[in-house]
Amino acid sequence: MLSAWGMALLQALLYPALAPLLIGWVRKVKARLNNRRGASVLQPYRDLRKLLAKETRVAHTASPLFRLAPYVVFVATWLAAATVPLVARDLPTAQIADIIVLVGLLGLARFFLALAGMDVGTAFGGMGASREMMVSSLAEPAMLVAVFTLAMSAHSTSLSSVIGYHLADGFVVRPSYLFAFGALVLVALAESGRIPVDNPTTHLELTMIHEGMLLEYTGRHLALMELAAYLKLMLYGVLIANVFVPWGIGQAFAPAALALGLGAILLKLAVLGAALAVGETVVAKMRLFRAPAFLNLALLLALLGLLSHVILEVGA
Amino acid sequence: MNMHPALSLALLALTLALASALVALPAARWPRALRWASLPLLGLSGVAASGAGLWALVEGLDLGLVLPLGLPWLPWHLQLDALAGFFLALIGILVTAAGIYGPAYVRGLENGRESLAALGGFSGLFVAGMLLVVLAADAFVFMVAWELMSLASYFLVAFHHDNPANRRAAFLYLLMAHVGGLAILLGFGVLAAFAGGFEFTLLREAALSTSWASLCFALVLLGFGMKAGLVPLHAWLPEAHPVAPSHISALMSGAMLKVAVYGFVRVVFDLIGQFHWQWGVVMLAVGSLSALTGVLFAMMQSDLKRLLAYSSVENLGIIFIALGLAVLFMATGHPTLAALAFVAALYHAINHALFKGLLFLGAGAVLHSTHERDLEQMGGLLRRMPWTGLFFLIGCVAISALPPLNGFVSEWLTFQAALQAWQLDSGVLRSLIPIVSAVLALTGALVAATFVKVYGVAFLGQARSRHVRRARAVPLGMRWGQGLLALFCVLLGVLPTQVIALLDPVAVAVVGTGLPQAAAGGWLWLTPVSAETASYSAPLSILLLALIAGAAILWARRGRVRRVRRCDPWDCGLTPPTPRMQYSAAAFAQPIRRVFALAFAIDERKPAATDTRPRYRLRIADRAWSLLYVPLAQAVESAARRVVLLQSGNVRVYLGWTLATLLVLLWIIS
Repeated sequence: MLSAWGMALLQALLYPALAPLLIGWVRKVKARLNNRRGASVLQPYRDLRKLLAKETRVAHTASPLFRLAPYVVFVATWLAAATVPLVARDLPTAQIADIIVLVGLLGLARFFLALAGMDVGTAFGGMGASREMMVSSLAEPAMLVAVFTLAMSAHSTSLSSVIGYHLADGFVVRPSYLFAFGALVLVALAESGRIPVDNPTTHLELTMIHEGMLLEYTGRHLALMELAAYLKLMLYGVLIANVFVPWGIGQAFAPAALALGLGAILLKLAVLGAALAVGETVVAKMRLFRAPAFLNLALLLALLGLLSHVILEVGA
Repeated sequence: MNMHPALSLALLALTLALASALVALPAARWPRALRWASLPLLGLSGVAASGAGLWALVEGLDLGLVLPLGLPWLPWHLQLDALAGFFLALIGILVTAAGIYGPAYVRGLENGRESLAALGGFSGLFVAGMLLVVLAADAFVFMVAWELMSLASYFLVAFHHDNPANRRAAFLYLLMAHVGGLAILLGFGVLAAFAGGFEFTLLREAALSTSWASLCFALVLLGFGMKAGLVPLHAWLPEAHPVAPSHISALMSGAMLKVAVYGFVRVVFDLIGQFHWQWGVVMLAVGSLSALTGVLFAMMQSDLKRLLAYSSVENLGIIFIALGLAVLFMATGHPTLAALAFVAALYHAINHALFKGLLFLGAGAVLHSTHERDLEQMGGLLRRMPWTGLFFLIGCVAISALPPLNGFVSEWLTFQAALQAWQLDSGVLRSLIPIVSAVLALTGALVAATFVKVYGVAFLGQARSRHVRRARAVPLGMRWGQGLLALFCVLLGVLPTQVIALLDPVAVAVVGTGLPQAAAGGWLWLTPVSAETASYSAPLSILLLALIAGAAILWARRGRVRRVRRCDPWDCGLTPPTPRMQYSAAAFAQPIRRVFALAFAIDERKPAATDTRPRYRLRIADRAWSLLYVPLAQAVESAARRVVLLQSGNVRVYLGWTLATLLVLLWIIS
């Protein structure tokens, strides 16, 4: 039991350790696709270190909530990430919080992020918060319905069980999984603020969503917020990788299995990250009010997945 | 007579509520009677009621009592079982909070022109009515108590009667309450016709055919649904609830709507005692529609109390979704799943009572301190009213169904119940329930957006008007009242297994089975179906959150410069931002208004570029008015115009009509 909790702790620590690397990798691939050399893949670590060393400044008009929010956002995102199996499947943290709790924890982080955006009382913060809540209120149901599809197949909302069910199933292509996969990919793009819904590199006032809420943050507060955003991207990446392509994940807490699990997830994330970079290079950012159509597509796919599951797969 | 102490305690609560009404009468001359005697008595009544309710829950009592009151051949039957005990405790907690909060709040009304005696008197009667509805054990007492509750609350809605809009709201409320009361009366009539009496014990035995049972179900759904504000019968609710004094609004939204839920559960689950899946489908449809409509309209409001009232429509929708799932599972022979859905409904009922009560008390504190209900004038209240700000934040997080607070637990349970739909045999139902859960998910996300708007606009940012800038912290009593409810919000979020253990006897009594497996893995783990299916550990989540927070603080504060320096916000290098540049409530809601434009009747006037004094006007009307209420009112009026033809003023014609009626009646009877 102790080794299980130790494994959970180790895995939880791996998330913040690896998340900046994933971002660095995505940026690097994107730069290469743009015929640039790009910064080192380690640049996000350097950015975080720089931010931590810098002085933290807070606007006169900010309330205590502004200083509290980075911690809440970071902590909730990290706890959500810690419940997603990374290298080994059977984790006690997946029992503490199932997929619905995971969505709830991400909701908690977003709630405080949006409040922090509104706290200083500038137009950008409110704009970012309003748009973020619009995007998320369409993305969250799609996410939940996609997750329900998986949960109904496995008869469990625990991620460990869902992955275990899929592993035991072998290479079976289920229509419901394909639909849920499509929905989750779209949701992941929207929720982690990537193109085509949001552009993580823009600071053009009229187009930013996530950056708009962070505009007033500096120093260690900004470092926490940035790391939370990295974690969120990695969380969605691992979720998609390990739920839909679970092969390779460690089934036991033996060193060989764990090494294989680590190698497998690094490989899967590298592929996903490269795919994200390619996608962001070939697709342009949408206008804000195109985003609802994009997210409705996600919801529709998720619903189709759920319906195809309850109609085609339950009776069979 | 040898009476069980729990029952005596419940009667004591009733007596205290009536006494509170009585001692408020001198308040016309001595305004302090309300503050010093009436409201404390009301608070005590709440303590007694929650004590009696908890007693009945913990010991799983089922007590009956016959009081020699009322008509000679129809004594009053009272009862205290687990179901009544749960709702008694729910009402009691809210009444206690209102009793603590009220004295400081009504102080602000003492210089007004409204009658304080009426406020205190009708508050006491209102609470007594609610308690008596829950304690009633025959249809007669139930209806008397129901009408007492409705009438007393009518006078409370009409409290600020100087404003014609309030008088209109109160009249609409009275009208709807009576249409609803009529439907309930007819529902009881159907039952009583087959039972040969009005006592619940007799009604329970009544053997109804499916069609009569369905008729009874439809009538009580109409009657209690009207009181509960289910769409499309909800239009009175956002008019009536906000105009009462705030602690009464809290009682109306928090407690009275739950009394309607109680009535519905009592009649459908307990008295009718048969279940059909079609009923469940109807409830799911009505519940989903209410949840979605309620939250969309809540999002659009800029009046804080009106917004909270619309959000009550949404929450009652969620409760009815869970109850509908329970009916469905009962009808298809899955009592354990029905118990899960039923417990989810009860859990959400008490959660809504707590956080909506808390939010209404918070809105009252803001109103007391700034005399403002309009979000567009607020801003920056967190720094001026830190305690109210903190409690309101707890309420907002709880109502948005975010872990680790209580709203999340009930939503999680509802999802878990919905996810068991694969066990059903019918493919139609199997595909219907997931769609309902999608609606529920959408609702949850929109609620979070709504309460980000509320909290962000009202408590964060900068004050948008002068009187809000001068807001001050509210008196201690008001803070304690909010703090009590906030504490319960946290407790019910952190200790779900204990709460479910308390709710278990209710499920056993009503559905037939409880959730014994919910705490199978120990008190730390909530496992509603089985440990493999789903588990949630709120205490461990909190522990981990705290641990990670500690680690994050240590990690982030390692830097060389620890001090935080204050500076001006970023102004793009132009003019410094003014409060007018902030996002307003309407602006915040604009993207969602645009995405869901079909749901609203929007009247938007944008200023032209040439206007010298540009004004932006936005009105969002409820489509229920144009689709249901106005046609109905016109139909009634045109019917009345036809009937007016009978009114000739001639006595002989009237006598002729009377004779004709008599003949027809005789013909029918013979």
